[in-house]
Amino acid sequence: MKRLILALILITGPLFAVTPDEVLDDPALEARAREISAGLRCVVCQGENIDESNAAIAKDLRLLVRERLLAGDTNDEVVDFIVERYGEYVLMRPTTGGANVILWYAGPALFLLALLGAGLYLRGRSRATETGTALSGDEEARLRELLGD
Amino acid sequence: MITELGHLALILALGVAIVQTVVPLIGAQKGWAGWMAVAVPAASLQFLFLAGSFGALVHAFVTSDFSLRLVTLNSHSAKPLLYKISGTWGNHEGSMLLWVLILALFGASAAWFGAGLPPRLKARVLAVQGSIGVAFLLFIIFTSNPFLRLATPPFDGQDLNPLLQDPGLAFHPPFLYLGYVGLSMAFSFAVAALIEGRVDAAWARWVRPWTLAAWMFLTVGIALGSWWAYYELGWGGFWFWDPVENASFMPWLFAAALLHSAIVVEKREALKSWTILLAILSFGFSLIGTFLVRSGVITSVHAFANDPERGIFILMILGVFTGGALVLFALRAGAMEAKGVFGMVSRESALVLNNILLAVSSIVVFIGTIWPLVAEMFFDRKLSVGAPFFEAAFTPFMVVLALALPIGAMLPWKRAKLGRVVKPLIPAFVLAVAVFLLCWVLQTGKSLLGPVGFLLGVWLVAGAAVDIWSRTGRGVVSSRFGRLTRLPRADWGRVVAHAGLGVTFMGVSGLMAWQVEDIRAVSPAEPWEVAGYEVVLAEVHEERGPNYFTTMATIDVRRDGELVASLKPEKRIYPVQAMPTTEAAIKNGFWEDIYVVIGDRQADGGFAVRTFIKPFANWIWAGSLLMALGGLLSLSDRRYRVAVTARKSVAGGVPAE
Repeated sequence: MKRLILALILITGPLFAVTPDEVLDDPALEARAREISAGLRCVVCQGENIDESNAAIAKDLRLLVRERLLAGDTNDEVVDFIVERYGEYVLMRPTTGGANVILWYAGPALFLLALLGAGLYLRGRSRATETGTALSGDEEARLRELLGD
Repeated sequence: MITELGHLALILALGVAIVQTVVPLIGAQKGWAGWMAVAVPAASLQFLFLAGSFGALVHAFVTSDFSLRLVTLNSHSAKPLLYKISGTWGNHEGSMLLWVLILALFGASAAWFGAGLPPRLKARVLAVQGSIGVAFLLFIIFTSNPFLRLATPPFDGQDLNPLLQDPGLAFHPPFLYLGYVGLSMAFSFAVAALIEGRVDAAWARWVRPWTLAAWMFLTVGIALGSWWAYYELGWGGFWFWDPVENASFMPWLFAAALLHSAIVVEKREALKSWTILLAILSFGFSLIGTFLVRSGVITSVHAFANDPERGIFILMILGVFTGGALVLFALRAGAMEAKGVFGMVSRESALVLNNILLAVSSIVVFIGTIWPLVAEMFFDRKLSVGAPFFEAAFTPFMVVLALALPIGAMLPWKRAKLGRVVKPLIPAFVLAVAVFLLCWVLQTGKSLLGPVGFLLGVWLVAGAAVDIWSRTGRGVVSSRFGRLTRLPRADWGRVVAHAGLGVTFMGVSGLMAWQVEDIRAVSPAEPWEVAGYEVVLAEVHEERGPNYFTTMATIDVRRDGELVASLKPEKRIYPVQAMPTTEAAIKNGFWEDIYVVIGDRQADGGFAVRTFIKPFANWIWAGSLLMALGGLLSLSDRRYRVAVTARKSVAGGVPAE
């Protein structure tokens, strides 16, 4: 039984994302490593970043990130180093360059358009009052009375 | 035999659904009462057939009938009974059958409880609902038949993915489907109204309960999924902006917008065409969700069935229903003229702002979700859109929403004086700012996420309290307290849901900003410290579960020498699927959770242990439950329970309250 469990554990590999042996001694550097890892995608996983992933390649990348940090790279330099090798696919936060402008600015643009549209609509609605289609205060009170509200 | 009967019932349900679509629609057009009346028994019959069919499939799973392909692929004789049952919908085919069953249930409920509906509208609503059933039944029978047999049945099955063998996940899909599919009612009402060319306050009053119910179920379903991710995936993440999560979140946002705009139609007879559009889009987005999950066009941890044939079929359903409804909308929307008139500063305008924020934020989520696909197809770029994008692009809309909400909720209809509304809210805002400052001072040197989240959360909760208090009118405090209990339930529903949103805000921001994490390799009986707690690995042993092996640890957590919790995290291996899972052990608390995970045995005989202190974690789901409870309270409001037919005779619609 124990042997079976051991065999299974060996087949299935580690369960943890970041394991204790990876952690850097310098807490500030380790915090930077974690921050960078959270922004890098595990290339074989489905939508996980390398900080959360159990995959072997994610572990390799985590070690690589730490290696670069120990070598004295800045955060951006580490990310550039990895993007150069794996492509922009690894970036969890897409760049704002090229067609990605649409991705980033469609929301705000739509919001402004919607506000403009709503503003025009509301102006129309409030103008309609002035033409006198609404009930007067008395009429309204009477209506409320009739309806027993 | 039972299986074959189930298969037959499925095919018969398709026949009935076709009748339910065609006959009442013609009847309503020609004014033939008999033909219109067919809708009611047809809706009931369709539901009965599908219930029988689904029952037969559950039976096959419970009895482990491995001559069924689906059971072989997704079940195992050693699996606990609960997961044999939940295994029925833990796969593509079975979950589609549950989907149409719920669709038919909603149709049948509209038939049973729709006695007050005008016969023509009722016939059309049920016909549209039936037509959705036809499309999905065709889909099931031709591409995803759950009743296929195997020529040579194996001795045992291949088991259900162990991650799915969990009580939280057993009930997550049914709730989600009740939500997704419930929005079909709003869609059917919208299309029926477009065919009639008429939307009035009464229409809104009929649509709103269905939307409320769907939104409530969706809220619970999403919360269950997020809670499951929190305790099951081993590091306590609760939301990943995964395409499939987004697929449930987009209709939720649209449904929330629809709930609010339907109020404007009901009370003020304005925003009619917009409300119709929202109803179409809400269901449209739940169809898009179905497409994303089941076509495999987007990689996701949830991806179910990566079959292009199915994808194309669902895309066709999506095109026909959403496209058809939108064309109808373009033709008919002009006829829905607004009656209500209101000023720039009024409850109506506040609800318009609510709708803009919810709809635009939902579209931001949509763009982010499909962008990798678009970028690859049109710009030849392989890229990812992950959580950092959504956090940056989505959150600002929620911040504006939260800031505006307490003011908007208290604005009177028609026209308002901003100053008069803001004045009673000043104490709430002062309280929120005080909490902000307190958080900011206490946390020293961290980002503004936590303090701002709490500012907004407290503002929402305190604003809701001011809102309900102001409804008690003037007079002595004691008599106002008395009046609190007599307020309409819709008022309570509103403030409970709004406060729930605030609670969720605090949970999300508190957890994300102030979580403490500790990773280390430890030997038994060597204590270490995490955020003021003394943690020690007491022992580790191996055990055998019904269908798995487990390595179970006991980890004691003490504070000032006193035992706070004795936690038993596990690491399980499910041999049939050769898959390991982590079972985190969590000490749930009001202020914070202590969350421990046991990892691999280290070379020196120790173990890797991850310890998290997760502040305000439970507030996320408590807030979600409050939102759902708010929906339930609104749903039970008197005005939805009393017969609504009487309202139709009122000339000029419903008065503003």
